[in-house]
Amino acid sequence: MALSTSSNFAKPDDAFRAVVEAHRGLNDEQSAALDAALVLILANHIGDLEVLREAIALAQRRMLAAGQQQQQQQ
Amino acid sequence: MAQSKTQFGYRRHPDQDRTGADLAEYHVVVVGAGPVGLSLAIDLAQRGQPVVLLDDADRIGEGSRAIMFSKRSLEYWDRLGVGNRMVGKGVGWSVGKIFHGASLLYQFNMLPEGGHKRPAFINLQQFHAEAYLVDRVQELSAIDLRWRNKVIGMDQRNDHVVLTIETPDGSYRMRASYVAACDGARSSLRQMVGAEFKGQVFEDQFLIADVKMTAEFPTERWFWFDPPFHAGRSALLHKQPDDIWRIDLQLNRYADSAFEKLPENVRPRIARMLGHDKFDFEWISLYKFQCRRMEKFIHGRVIFAGDAAHQVSPFGARGANSGLEDAENLAWKLDRVLRRISPEALLESYHIERSATADENIRESTRSTDFMAPNSHQEARLRQAVLSLARETEFGKRMINAGRPSVPSIYDSPLSTADCDAWRGGPRPGASMLDAPIAARSGSSSYLTDAFIKAGTRFTLLEFTNGAAVDSPEGLGVIRIGGNDGFSDCEGLVRSRYDAEPGTAYLLRPDGYVAARFRQPTRSALEGALARATGIN
Repeated sequence: MALSTSSNFAKPDDAFRAVVEAHRGLNDEQSAALDAALVLILANHIGDLEVLREAIALAQRRMLAAGQQQQQQQ
Repeated sequence: MAQSKTQFGYRRHPDQDRTGADLAEYHVVVVGAGPVGLSLAIDLAQRGQPVVLLDDADRIGEGSRAIMFSKRSLEYWDRLGVGNRMVGKGVGWSVGKIFHGASLLYQFNMLPEGGHKRPAFINLQQFHAEAYLVDRVQELSAIDLRWRNKVIGMDQRNDHVVLTIETPDGSYRMRASYVAACDGARSSLRQMVGAEFKGQVFEDQFLIADVKMTAEFPTERWFWFDPPFHAGRSALLHKQPDDIWRIDLQLNRYADSAFEKLPENVRPRIARMLGHDKFDFEWISLYKFQCRRMEKFIHGRVIFAGDAAHQVSPFGARGANSGLEDAENLAWKLDRVLRRISPEALLESYHIERSATADENIRESTRSTDFMAPNSHQEARLRQAVLSLARETEFGKRMINAGRPSVPSIYDSPLSTADCDAWRGGPRPGASMLDAPIAARSGSSSYLTDAFIKAGTRFTLLEFTNGAAVDSPEGLGVIRIGGNDGFSDCEGLVRSRYDAEPGTAYLLRPDGYVAARFRQPTRSALEGALARATGIN
């Protein structure tokens, strides 16, 4: 596995907070646009297609699982 | 509006009186006198094969259609004896510009280095290209070109094909050892073999208008995302000869095509783009794209090439150019099989090499089309992000996809001999030869691609002398660089482009692709590579 999923930030809360704050005050449309730019910038910084594909797969897997959990709770 | 540029006459052929056991028999019949069929026929004829070339029409089609011909295609046409006419008439260019809104976003150069005989591209109306090819065909007595001969039936036997052909004088039949189907995207031969043509249909519609006007725009490819004159969509401007400009405007997928292509409805769109109304229409067309291919390019003794075998969106100029690459790939193989110096299995490599290229072209042109016409809101946001990032980042510029123009593919081919020496560069086996300037001992300068033609457009050894003569198999063409009798590498570009050292040799195929390369070739290594590249081993 090329994608690192261990915790890489000394202060993970700071990283999470930085992303959250970037979205403060934005409507959904603006947030989606910001995310689109952010994803492309970070993808290019990583510069490794395999890592990117693994990240996409992980995100898809969790999105699917989260959707199923939600259905079960309803 | 444009009329057909050239009209040809139907003439009754004596074959039309032959019936039953007396049917005319030919080695190879090419169906379709478009750029691909004409080029294939010329190539085969130059290799000494008599060719019957059939076309259901009797004139060259209307409209400029394909307009961008690649360096690779020009090098092929040089071999066919028509390169100078094409380049003389065409508009050479290598710079493309991409605009977003009203401002320039990115500029690229398809051929930033010098030392090549041919430019990255020329723009030339397809009807001009076809007319020059027909002129060349008429110089070659080995080609029997029959207009208004429409294939309406095909019967495959063990060792030949029987074609039924309809003419103004009724139908007749002939036998062919091989049939090359170059009869275009709506190929009737493809339907006759019952092959599927699978792929993706794109819903977005594009309006193409060729307008005649005098203008001082530079000879560059200009592409706009969301221009002020055509908000929310894309536009393209490109120069052709004869003061004709190709304009391509993206419409929405629900546009009414009959309404949109009326000249009175196109005119205000173009006037908004140009800022004036002083132009005439040469051709208007509205269409959707399809990206699709046949699963097998070879059906028994019928071999498909060009749009008949694969179809792509026009962004990237991968249609006609890839069809011409099909022709150059097929001609020498078919010639060898017909001469019985290679087994029929050699033809399978045509399918392997060219269908992989078709996949690559479909992938590239699908990506371009998707970038231009996003399929969802989020795809549109991602594209918008790329366009806005391109204003200040290099990676954003490189991600903009307004068509990735055609360059030769690298074949992953059973005909290639894998490298066993160390190389830091140069075209690897399966890649196309690279051009470079050379000079003869007399001092006259030319190019490597010229020397390849002079060497006979056959299997050719490009060797960099080290004083000792290469012990090479008989029948090879030779291009020698250096030494007393070789060409001089006048700008040092042959050595650098081929990562050459004294003794280095490249074995080139008759289509100019690299079959094998060696630092110090031995006779047995060359013989082995040659056997592999000719399908004998």
